Amino acid sequence: MNLSVYLGLLHKAEQTLADSFRQVAKGHGEEPDVHFLCQTLAKQCDEHQRALQPLVDRYGETPEAEPERLHAEGLSETRQGPVGLLRDLQDLYLLASLVDITWGMVKQAGQALRDSEMLAVVDQCDKQTAVQLAWLQSRMRQAAPQALLVAE
Amino acid sequence: MVDRIAEIWGTRTPYGKDGQWPVRVDRKMADGVDADTVDRWFQSACLLCSNGCACDIAVKDGAMVGIRGRADDRVNHGRLGPKGLFGSWQGMSHPDRLTSPLIRRNGKLQECSWDEAMERVVERSRSLLTEKGPLSHGFYTSGQLFLEEYYALAVIGKAGVGTPHMDGNTRLCTATAASSLKESFGADGQPGSYRDIDSCEALFLFGHNMAETQTVLWSRVLDRLAGPDRPALVCVDPRDTDVARHADVHLAINPGTNLALMNSLVRELLHNGWVDEDYVRAHTVGLEELASVVEQWTPEAAGSLCGVDPGLIREAARIFGTTDRVLSTVLQGFYQSSQATASACQVNNLHLLRGMLGNPGRGLLQMNGQPTAQNNRECGADGDLPGFRNWANPEHVQQLASLWNVDPLVIPHWADPTHAMQIFRYAEQGSVKFLWISATNPAVSLPQLSRIRNILAKPELFVVVQDLYLTETAEVADVVLPAAGWGEKTGTFTNVDRTVHLSDKAVEPPGEARSDLDIFLDYSRRMGFTTLDGSPLLDWSGPEDAFEAWKECSRGRPCDYTGITYQLLRGGSGIQWPCTDSPPSGTERLYSDGTFPTEPSYCESYGHDLLTGANVGPVAFKAMAPSGRAILKAADYSPPHEMPDEEYPLRYTTGRTAYQFHTRTKTGRSRQLRAAAPSAWVEMSVSDAEAAGLAEGDIVRVVSRRGELQVPLRIGDVRAGTVFAPFHYGYWDAAAGLGAGSTVSASSAPHTTAANELTITEWDPVSKQPVFKNAAVRIEKISDGDRPAPAPTTTASRPAVVDHQAVPPGRAVPGERAVPPTLGGADAEAEEFIGGEGEPA
Repeated sequence: MNLSVYLGLLHKAEQTLADSFRQVAKGHGEEPDVHFLCQTLAKQCDEHQRALQPLVDRYGETPEAEPERLHAEGLSETRQGPVGLLRDLQDLYLLASLVDITWGMVKQAGQALRDSEMLAVVDQCDKQTAVQLAWLQSRMRQAAPQALLVAE
Repeated sequence: MVDRIAEIWGTRTPYGKDGQWPVRVDRKMADGVDADTVDRWFQSACLLCSNGCACDIAVKDGAMVGIRGRADDRVNHGRLGPKGLFGSWQGMSHPDRLTSPLIRRNGKLQECSWDEAMERVVERSRSLLTEKGPLSHGFYTSGQLFLEEYYALAVIGKAGVGTPHMDGNTRLCTATAASSLKESFGADGQPGSYRDIDSCEALFLFGHNMAETQTVLWSRVLDRLAGPDRPALVCVDPRDTDVARHADVHLAINPGTNLALMNSLVRELLHNGWVDEDYVRAHTVGLEELASVVEQWTPEAAGSLCGVDPGLIREAARIFGTTDRVLSTVLQGFYQSSQATASACQVNNLHLLRGMLGNPGRGLLQMNGQPTAQNNRECGADGDLPGFRNWANPEHVQQLASLWNVDPLVIPHWADPTHAMQIFRYAEQGSVKFLWISATNPAVSLPQLSRIRNILAKPELFVVVQDLYLTETAEVADVVLPAAGWGEKTGTFTNVDRTVHLSDKAVEPPGEARSDLDIFLDYSRRMGFTTLDGSPLLDWSGPEDAFEAWKECSRGRPCDYTGITYQLLRGGSGIQWPCTDSPPSGTERLYSDGTFPTEPSYCESYGHDLLTGANVGPVAFKAMAPSGRAILKAADYSPPHEMPDEEYPLRYTTGRTAYQFHTRTKTGRSRQLRAAAPSAWVEMSVSDAEAAGLAEGDIVRVVSRRGELQVPLRIGDVRAGTVFAPFHYGYWDAAAGLGAGSTVSASSAPHTTAANELTITEWDPVSKQPVFKNAAVRIEKISDGDRPAPAPTTTASRPAVVDHQAVPPGRAVPGERAVPPTLGGADAEAEEFIGGEGEPA
């Protein structure tokens, strides 16, 4: 069963997202909403990894046999200024999208497995990931005109 | 005659449930002026708190010389509070008033003509629009202007300049009221009525020190409490306020824990079956989600976090759950604390669960902090679209474009409007280069003042300030425009229970001061803003034209004014919107039939996620299928971001005192109010003071990560672990004494008295209201005091009773007896005509 591959992928993607939220929180302390919310959302990602554990215990977690083709390694450092903020939020959006779609595939498997516990975990976590995406999009939409048209 | 400094709420006139609140006409005349000899009385309403007390202004020889409450008005039944009696006309007629425009030349503000000042503004505005576009412009206004002025500003901002960067200081006081109403009910608009106080059987005040913020409304409550059928009173407040002292249940919770308490109260209602299931089924969505969020918040869990006895939480819930008629009010203790919107929404949820909205005594007042905040919100001077329209609904944008005859693309509607803190951030980063500030004083009222001062001082930021006095903000402006204020111009404004009042021009403004409306219209004319057919965007000649234009804008919206005219507002009582032609008497309560403005084509907002502020958006909103049902929104508790630690072990919270308003621009220039609360202080509890070896009146240093205060200490009844500071005390009068020429430059005074030196730059994710009531501080002694702290003894700042046994030997501690009571003396005596009798017509 290859579900273990996807559980591993998900685990790693949540971890990368948590680290990246923390990186952005640290790098954009001058934007208090970004700073504090990214810390909160990082904690959500930590929780998601904990929530995954019973599923990992049941189905295992194995590295993918295929090499990584698309590298989503997270943010190693943050950028500067209004456009930098926009780019960093956009990177978070991409990482959260990867998490979101991976939860989606795990959910599909859970349905086929008729594993209600798994579905409950997915439902709880993916709902939060969806809100993370919505927040990132709301914040970027607000920031984009100013960053792209008038920022120095 | 009653000393209304000593007796803040005046003489009791008790009444029973469903009774009529007795009339008591309060009056104060200038020294030596006989009320019978004045030339004329002009109708108005008071601007010195959010209550909206109707009044008449006495005029003699072209000057304002007195004030009396209007007996016939539904809001105050003749009463006025100390600020209205002593600060209203007195705050306008001080010799410090600005009488000429000022312009900065060689670094100094100098008098100039209106032409020169406005040309400087217009030249800068035009060149920036050409070079950088509309996003270079920001407008930051007030909760003190009139409806007509906000609407003019909103049209200029949205259809003239075309910038989303517009907000008011209402962001600091009532943004959460608006947000919670939008989130729960689909649109702003207060469900309740002040008459619900007359009919309620229980009254819940959530973070609302009504005794000091709306003293006349509190008089109404005191009169119910003193009458037969006394309503039960529940108070949520970390301080021992007058409200708390009268309460049956006082939940003195730790600052920053409101949402845990609220989630627990909601849980208690659900677990005990204190729910109107038919109502919930027919008129709400979201019960399942709400129930799951609150489930973990047992009274024990919440009690332990909030620092209160779980039994008190159970008792409060029992009162809410089992009383037939409950009225709730909410204010800054919730709005300016962490998770503001989520906490305020839980109050809405309590009422929705019990189906308790829109009937006598069964109501909800998400209070306003300022007299004209409601107009700021409905006109869109807070950045929203006028008439509670939804920026994310293209139909609504088109309605405005048609009304104004402009291209809809000019109207910014790509995101939530830019809130005040973000406008200042853009100014800090240099992308907003033109900032027009009207009738507000951000150099004292925004959080983390050292940062705000730096932003306002940036040479590349062009700052226009329009105000009555040379405030701390005006001192650093590039252009200062002298404004006419209350009693010097005509306009309307609306209080928290949707009562619209007219305020007539009684006297000429001083010198060359002009009304804010005239200034905005002049700017629009000089800028050449036009409609699509080339005619002037704003062709109004005065306030009544503006009011008529606004009525069209409000037509068919929740805040419909189309049935109101200046004529109807003259004489008699104020009128509550919505008010259409049939009948033109207004609407006392909203949502009596359980139908809410959540229809997607009609609603003001599709809502936000309460934890993050993420936009819900049209698709997800429509999927909820609210269609006229209210939305039970919920979020889990999360701790405040700055918690006490080893370095800063105390919680810091800020607030008001009954005798002052905002940064004291007016109230600080009233003899009586000034004497009652002359200068800054901080408060801490007896146990904290003892642990730190501090005594009443000691000069202390209060330090946060952002700054420090150096002020006298009041040992009071604030809960242990918490330090309280009043936020009124900036620097315009830092030199001792008061009078023309006695003010020192704000920039030269040490910045150690304004409470916002210490506050954190952070805001609620949904309402964007700054978190003024959560920070961490430490406190240390500078020197022994030689007198008690200058804090009033008549308010929540009263001294605690000190246990003299606990005082170290050899050390004299000025305890309760050493603090002289706050009295106003002969100067503060005002007349009261109970039943209106004896008062001349």
